[in-house]
Amino acid sequence: MTKLLVIAEHDNAGLKAVTLNAVAAAQKIGGEIHVLVAGSGCVAVAAAAAKIAGVAQVRLADAEHYAEQTPENVAILVQAQAAGYSHILAAATGMGKNLLPRVAALLDVAQISEITAVVSPDTFVRPTYAGNAMATVQSADAIKVITARGTAFDAVAAEGGDAAIEAIAAAADLGLVRLIGREITQSARPELGAAKVIVSGGRGLGSREKFDEVLEPLADKLNAALGASRAAVDAGFVPNDYQVGQTGKIVAPSLYFAIGISGALQHLAGMKDSKVIVAINKDEDAPIFQVADYGLVADLFQAVPALIAELG
Amino acid sequence: MKILVPVKRVVDYNVKVRVKADGTGVDLANVKMSMNPFDEISLEEAVRLKEAGIATDVIAVSCGLPACQETLRTAMAIGADRGILVETAEDLQPLAVAKLIQAIAKKEQPQIVIFGKQAIDDDANQTGQMFAALMGWAQATFASKVALANGLATVTREIDGGAETVECKLPVVITSDLRLNEPRYATLPNIMKAKKKPLDVFKPADLGIDVTPRLTLVNIAEPPKRRAGIKVADVQQLVAKLRNEAKVI
Ligand SMILES: Cc1cc2nc3c(=O)[nH]c(=O)nc-3n(C[C@H](O)[C@H](O)[C@H](O)COP(=O)(O)OP(=O)(O)OC[C@H]3O[C@@H](n4cnc5c(N)ncnc54)[C@H](O)[C@@H]3O)c2cc1C
Ligand SMILES: Nc1ncnc2c1ncn2[C@@H]1O[C@H](COP(=O)(O)O)[C@@H](O)[C@H]1O
Repeated sequence: MTKLLVIAEHDNAGLKAVTLNAVAAAQKIGGEIHVLVAGSGCVAVAAAAAKIAGVAQVRLADAEHYAEQTPENVAILVQAQAAGYSHILAAATGMGKNLLPRVAALLDVAQISEITAVVSPDTFVRPTYAGNAMATVQSADAIKVITARGTAFDAVAAEGGDAAIEAIAAAADLGLVRLIGREITQSARPELGAAKVIVSGGRGLGSREKFDEVLEPLADKLNAALGASRAAVDAGFVPNDYQVGQTGKIVAPSLYFAIGISGALQHLAGMKDSKVIVAINKDEDAPIFQVADYGLVADLFQAVPALIAELG
Repeated sequence: MKILVPVKRVVDYNVKVRVKADGTGVDLANVKMSMNPFDEISLEEAVRLKEAGIATDVIAVSCGLPACQETLRTAMAIGADRGILVETAEDLQPLAVAKLIQAIAKKEQPQIVIFGKQAIDDDANQTGQMFAALMGWAQATFASKVALANGLATVTREIDGGAETVECKLPVVITSDLRLNEPRYATLPNIMKAKKKPLDVFKPADLGIDVTPRLTLVNIAEPPKRRAGIKVADVQQLVAKLRNEAKVI
């Protein structure tokens, strides 16, 4: 039976939910699924991974030099573990995208980025040109190294499995990189990737103060995550991790509000798979209206407060 | 210290590509081509490091068709000192490009190679990381700030939840994110000067690199079309639709 290795995404304390989407992609390929947890003091993560429905084994490399999970160190660990696996997968997050190309090059195989569908164990669909051309590619390599787009694979259940946890030897510490600091955006709101409702704002909001003043009450009302266009991030209205789009986050919530966003193709690439899209823009010709289910041509500074009032 | 900047010739970011009816690719006839926007950012960073007296030489490298010479001339107009074209008509995939850049790096011995985070045609986001693996170097990807001192690169990186700062020993690979800088425009005098800068051409075989694709393109298709919905008259109608028709609130 073929075996697949999924790289767990975690922060040493807890498993990130995207891992469940990566396991789902592995299930679509089919075979015995193992999950690799590389970290430091991350036994709780391994325990959580062992409970994932459909996981047969957890491989745990717990060592101090995996505390920051630098791709340099983790890649040689994955390389050392690769024998016997037909596929190595991770979620197409900042972490997965940083790590898996490095793994693939060490194994001298191609890497297949951000797949959205599995056609067969060696053939996959992936978006190119900001999602305007869906490529079906077939790999001739012995090991397929893949990142999977979270929104394209419904998460498997976090509970229900009972996999064995096997401790594995750590690989060397290359000592190439030292972490100096990490600034994680603090927010009580749902994560962009997981939110059912997203309220996104663009350059039309005009300033950081207005962005907060106008959009936060709407997001509060709907228990929504906040997102943004690149223009809003570049203008300093919000931190970079709010950016939705081709080169930011890919989202597909039940309901997406694009407010003061024109709808450049790079933005559409990140949100056009949302179930319902609402656009509020004062320019009736804004391209965002071509993908919006419900478009409201209005000044956002009047429309959004009125919308909040109407929601009651 | 030399800095190498790989630059890719891609369909201009303003163009919405069309998929060919026979599913063999996208239609590139008469389509505007430009330097990958992330590579402009990398070049700008390299040129600033030269202007700051930290770098001595900025070398732009492009792999692909002879037309990539135009991209290299643009790079030299922005401030690269010279250009290298690895010329081939083969469909180049990230692993092959990483190996070609590795061969060039062995010749040129740069201390820093600045890739773009992602090429906006294949959206792979792989080549810099692959090159770093082949060289055994540190990789500071998705960079929004770079500082160099005492043989160390201090790089702020955009990560999923925010940002982090890492310190890497040289030699290092950096991949540029959008907010690293705002690239300058090439001025006319600099465009003229760029025409006289050296541009070397190699073939993959000259470098001893096999660039045979590992992935076969089975088919290219348009994504499912999303139909435009309706315009609502006011927020009352919007909320009614969201409640009763879409049932999402
Ligand atoms: C390599 C590359 C990668 C990129 N990646 C991304 C990406 O990942 N994500 C992304 O979003 N962009 C990305 N972009 C940028 C993209 O091309 C657009 O520039 C950007 O999306 C525009 O943001 P915006 O819609 O907020 O701004 P604008 O295009 O300026 O639109 C602002 C809109 O607000 C409306 N407006 C203004 N005032 C009001 C008001 N009072 N009431 C109502 N409406 C109002 C205007 O009518 C306008 O439509 C990328 C670009 C490049 C080159
Ligand atoms: N054919 C190429 N020639 C030169 N540089 C390239 C080429 N392909 C990719 N690159 C570099 O690798 C980066 C990432 O590309 P990719 O991994 O294809 O998304 C680009 O921004 C370029 O810096």
